[in-house]
Amino acid sequence: MIEQTVFYIFSALLLMSAGLMITVRNPVFAALFLILTFFSSSAIWLLLEAEFLAITLVVVYVGAVMVLFMFVVMMLDINLSAMREGFAKYLPIGVLVAILMALSMGLVINAGEFGLVSDSIQRHSADYSNTSELGLALYTNYLYPFEIAGAILLVAIIAAIALTMRSPRSTKTQKPGNQVAVKSTDRLRIVKMKVEKPADDPEEVSKKDSEVTTVVKESP
Amino acid sequence: MISITDIMTVAPEIFMLTMACLILVLDTFSNDPQRRLTYYLSQLTLVVTAVLVSQLSPEQTAYAFGNSYIDDGMATVLKEGVFIIGFFAFLYSHEYLKEHGWLKGEYFVLGLFAILGEMILISAYSLLTVYLGLELLSLSLYAMVAMHRKSTAASEAAMKYFVLGAMASGMLLYGMSMIYGVTGSLQLETIATTIENDTSNILLVFGLVFVLVGIAFKLGAVPFHMWVPDVYQGSPTCVTLFLASAPKLAAFAMAMRLLVDGLQPMLDNWQQMLIILSILSMATGNIVAISQTNIKRMLAYSAIAHIGFLLLGLLSGTASGYAGSMFYVIIYALMSMGAFGMVILLGRKDFEADELAHFKGLSDRSPWFAFMMLILMFSMAGVPPFLGFWAKWFVLKELVDAGFVWLAATAVFFSIIGVYYYLHVIKLMYFDKADSMTAIKASKQMRFALSVNGLALLILGLMPGALLAICISVMSIAA
Repeated sequence: MIEQTVFYIFSALLLMSAGLMITVRNPVFAALFLILTFFSSSAIWLLLEAEFLAITLVVVYVGAVMVLFMFVVMMLDINLSAMREGFAKYLPIGVLVAILMALSMGLVINAGEFGLVSDSIQRHSADYSNTSELGLALYTNYLYPFEIAGAILLVAIIAAIALTMRSPRSTKTQKPGNQVAVKSTDRLRIVKMKVEKPADDPEEVSKKDSEVTTVVKESP
Repeated sequence: MISITDIMTVAPEIFMLTMACLILVLDTFSNDPQRRLTYYLSQLTLVVTAVLVSQLSPEQTAYAFGNSYIDDGMATVLKEGVFIIGFFAFLYSHEYLKEHGWLKGEYFVLGLFAILGEMILISAYSLLTVYLGLELLSLSLYAMVAMHRKSTAASEAAMKYFVLGAMASGMLLYGMSMIYGVTGSLQLETIATTIENDTSNILLVFGLVFVLVGIAFKLGAVPFHMWVPDVYQGSPTCVTLFLASAPKLAAFAMAMRLLVDGLQPMLDNWQQMLIILSILSMATGNIVAISQTNIKRMLAYSAIAHIGFLLLGLLSGTASGYAGSMFYVIIYALMSMGAFGMVILLGRKDFEADELAHFKGLSDRSPWFAFMMLILMFSMAGVPPFLGFWAKWFVLKELVDAGFVWLAATAVFFSIIGVYYYLHVIKLMYFDKADSMTAIKASKQMRFALSVNGLALLILGLMPGALLAICISVMSIAA
């Protein structure tokens, strides 16, 4: 009974904060409501005996991701009026997607069409630790896939660095030694030219006059 | 619980991962523009891992980590194939990268990770390891394709490869989730026993279709081949060589594990789908290749046609049919590596010899390498006594034994069409005048490796029995 009450309180809090998050005008408030949403859903996970997930949600999302999010929101100058444009235009599509998602959720809940196995959740006593169970599974039977996943992340890091890092040579730093040692002939080349005859067209003439007879070439 | 035997069984993989990480760290300290230390260590790693695999190969099939890893005869043979091909691919790549001036240590590290992914995929025995092995392989390959940043063609190829590859991975994962939903297990063996009596479940059929789409994409079978020509043409030639050879062995192993080890009870379902994929691949590959002017693109379409042939052995559904496919894929990887090796040989700094016209009059410029290319092309076309002929012959024999005479006839028909474009290359080399008589500049190692590669096809073609016997013996044990 108490558990149900707690569930309803947190569900109500979750729905309310999620709704406020997308309707509130101030982006900082929106981010704070998102944090509240995460907190309430982690409380619901605790009720489902998924302590590890609840802890990770708070530590990773609330602790790290949301803090970064807040920084971004506060540091960027976001044009709010531009973001609110086209609400009416996209509304029908949004409603359609929402209806589709609601329908598919209904189908999943009423699954049985496909003859899938549906077990009710097994209840454990208070001294049962979900975290240590996960750890045991992860570091024994699933050690091999777990290590491969680590290797995949390493490859992602190597690939990202290899594809974006530029060698020091291509950076545009100034070299004072070269700047001091430069000679005038490195930068400027004077070319002797014959005087060109003026054309009959008066416009041509004025154009020719403005031309300079030296060609300037920058050394690379 | 894991035991020391589990660790010993995966020792080659552990060694490979450790060495890849070590080389990654050592490479950052190296100032050598030729990256000799990185290169030699990578080659050494391949050799040592190959020795480890052959030494640790068990008499009987070994399993590790709760049946998510399998070490059987097929795994040993395919892994050794991957190491040999990887060794040659690194050698060609080192020469290519030196010549074209963008040698980076990360290339070899990513290559080692790709080979690690191939090993994992070959030994995978649960849906989870299949997927993770595939991702490790694909991610490394995407990065290798994109690595030459100055080339817009390479960036475009990488983009296409990445987007389409991610989509195919999604499809594969979706199919796997359905199969998991029906059977409640990730282990391939458990899946096979669970569905043995009842394969009529509609969700299972859906799962099979999605898994098959994923496999067809990774192999590059029509109609999931769109990425192949663009990626082969756009990538730097050494990367094309890398991704056109060893990953095919891994993709074949993936198909074997998923379809034969996991979904064997659904043979009737996937057999029909493979027939369609196979005919379409042979038709599209062979016919479209005729009109190509770029040799990398031509070889890409030829790869599609070869994949169609490879599927023929798989769909026959017998142990010897699988052996035929395995024989075919190993030989195909060898031939493909040699052909792209020739493209690397003819290229030089700021010049890729990737047009068919660049092969004009090669016999005047270098009679020996024209002869090597002749062996490669004849072998790909399936002319006896070269190795490619035996591969085709064995697959067709198994197909006829399994009762698909009409399919074998179709395959022969399309192969004959395919002979045209292989012979066209030979005609260009021997009967046309060269546009420029620039001498071929290549290092001793490069010349030696290419000669070994070409002659292997000739010598193995004269005595194909040994390799074939190995393929048959490992498959008959498995089945």
